[in-house]
Amino acid sequence: MTLSSQTKNLLKVHQDVDPDIKPNAGWRDLPIGGVIPQGGTASQFATGDWRTIRPVWSKEKCINCHRCWLYCPDMAWISEDGKIQGVDLTYCKGCGICANVCPTKVHAIEMHPEDDFKDDEAVKEG
Amino acid sequence: MAVAVEIQKTAALTGNEAAAQAMRQINPDVVAAYPITPQTEIVQLFSTFVSDGLVKTEFVAVESEHSAMSATVGAAAAGARSMTATSSQGLALMWEMLYVAAGMRVPIVMPMVNRALSSPINIHCDHSDSMGARDSGWLQIYSENSQEMYDNLIQAVRIAEHPNVLLPIMVTMDGFIISHGMENVELLPDQAVKDFIGEYHFPYPLLDVEQAKTLGPLTLQDFYFEHKREQAEAMYRSKEVILAVAEEYAAISGRKYGFFETYKMEDAEYAVIVLGSTAGTAKYVVDQLRQAGEKSGLVKIRVFRPFPGQELSEALSGLKAVGIMDRADTFSTQGGPLYLEIKAALYHAANQPQCINYIYGLGGRDIDPPLIRQAFMEVKDLASGSAAEAGPTVRYLGVRE
Repeated sequence: MTLSSQTKNLLKVHQDVDPDIKPNAGWRDLPIGGVIPQGGTASQFATGDWRTIRPVWSKEKCINCHRCWLYCPDMAWISEDGKIQGVDLTYCKGCGICANVCPTKVHAIEMHPEDDFKDDEAVKEG
Repeated sequence: MAVAVEIQKTAALTGNEAAAQAMRQINPDVVAAYPITPQTEIVQLFSTFVSDGLVKTEFVAVESEHSAMSATVGAAAAGARSMTATSSQGLALMWEMLYVAAGMRVPIVMPMVNRALSSPINIHCDHSDSMGARDSGWLQIYSENSQEMYDNLIQAVRIAEHPNVLLPIMVTMDGFIISHGMENVELLPDQAVKDFIGEYHFPYPLLDVEQAKTLGPLTLQDFYFEHKREQAEAMYRSKEVILAVAEEYAAISGRKYGFFETYKMEDAEYAVIVLGSTAGTAKYVVDQLRQAGEKSGLVKIRVFRPFPGQELSEALSGLKAVGIMDRADTFSTQGGPLYLEIKAALYHAANQPQCINYIYGLGGRDIDPPLIRQAFMEVKDLASGSAAEAGPTVRYLGVRE
C-alpha cells in the first residue's frame, strides 16, 4: 500500500515530534490526539487565577504534619527539608482542602476572600 | 500466501466462541471487561484462555463497563494492544469513554454484540446500541455471521493500528442470532494470525520513560478544533486502509471483504439494503424471487463507520427503488440511521432511486422470509410505479398493528 503525502507527514510527526509546538501550527503539523510530546506540562498552566479564596498560613502554628502538602490537588504547597515553606499562589485554586485537613487543634491555615488582598496587590503594583 | 488457506481448521462455533478464538489468536496485552448478556461468553471464554496460559494477556476484571473502557484506554495509552467487549447497556455505560478513546486516538478493538437498549428491558437483538454510538468517532464493522465476526475482528486490529488511522474500532454481530447460534467457522492457524497482525507500536506510549509525554491534556479554543479536524481526516484515510487490509486478508484466508457486499445486483432493478444477520435471510428471499424471474438484489453494509457513501451511491445508481432496512429507530421522525445515511449519500447522485425505510426486528422481533418478501414486493411496486398509493416512506415492518 502506498503512503499518501499526508501519511508521510503523519509518520514524520510520530517519529520526530517537535516539542516546540508553534502557536500558528495547522492541524497537519500537530501530534495526533492532543498529545504533548513533553512531560510535566501542567506546570505551564497557572491555575492560581481561578482563586476566589486564599489560604493564609501561619508558620508559628504549623506542626509540619504535611497534610496540606499531601492533599493539595495542585501540588501548590511547598516543602523543603521536611518543613512547609508556604503555598505557591501561581497554582493554588483556592479549593480550601488544605485548611480543611489541617488538624483542628493546630488551625494553621485559614481561607480568606481574595477581595481582602486587593489593597495589598494595589500597593505592590503601585 | 495461499498456504494458510489450505491449513485452515473448520470448527463448529457460536459467534461468541468465534470472537473469543479470534481474541486468543490476537493475544492482546490487556483485556479489561465486564460481563453483559449476550456478550458475557466472549470474555468468559477468553478469561479461561488467560488462566490456562494460552495467551499472555493481563486480564482486568473491572466493576463496570465505564471502568472497562477507562482501563482499556489507559492500557492502550501506555502502549499495550488492548481489547474489551460489550453489549447494549454496557456500551451505553461506556459512552463517555468511547469519545475519549477516539479523541486520544487509541486503537482499541472491541467485539460488540448487538442488543436492544432499555426501556423496556430486553436482552435480544437490535442495533440501537451501536447505532447510538455511531458518531463517537469509532470505526464500525457489522458482521453477518460467526465467520465474518472472526474475520472482521482479525482485520480490525490491522485497520485500527495502522499509522494512517489510529482510531478505535467496534466489530458487531447480532445478539443471540449470531452470538449464540452455532455454525461452521474456518479458523486460520495461530501463527498466520500472529504474522498477519504483526507487532504493535503505539507512537506515543506513556511507558516510554526516555521520552516523557502528556496524553489527554486540556485543549481549549486554541487547538481543540485542529485535533478534531485531524480525527475527521483519519476517518477519511481509514477507507483505503480497510480495503488494503481486506485484500491482504483475502490472500491468507481466501475470503474477500469490502465496504459492502452486493448480492445479485448486476441486473437488479430494485434492491433491499440491510445490516448484519438479516442479510442471510434476505439472500434466501432474493434467490426465491430470482427463480420467479424477479430482478431483485441485495446490498449488505459491512462498514458503517466510515460510511462508504460515494461507493454506495454508485452501486445503487440505475436502480429504480430501494428498501432500506433498519434494526433501530432514531426517534427523529425521519427514519432509521441507515436510511438517513443512504438518503444523504444519494443526494448528489445523478440517478436517485426512490427510497423507503423499513424499521424492523426491534428487541429481537423475528424477521422471517415472508416479511422480507413483503418489503421486496413493496419496493418493486414503487420501482414500477404501480403502487396504488405512495404510502409512508418510513414503515414499521412486522409490528402488530
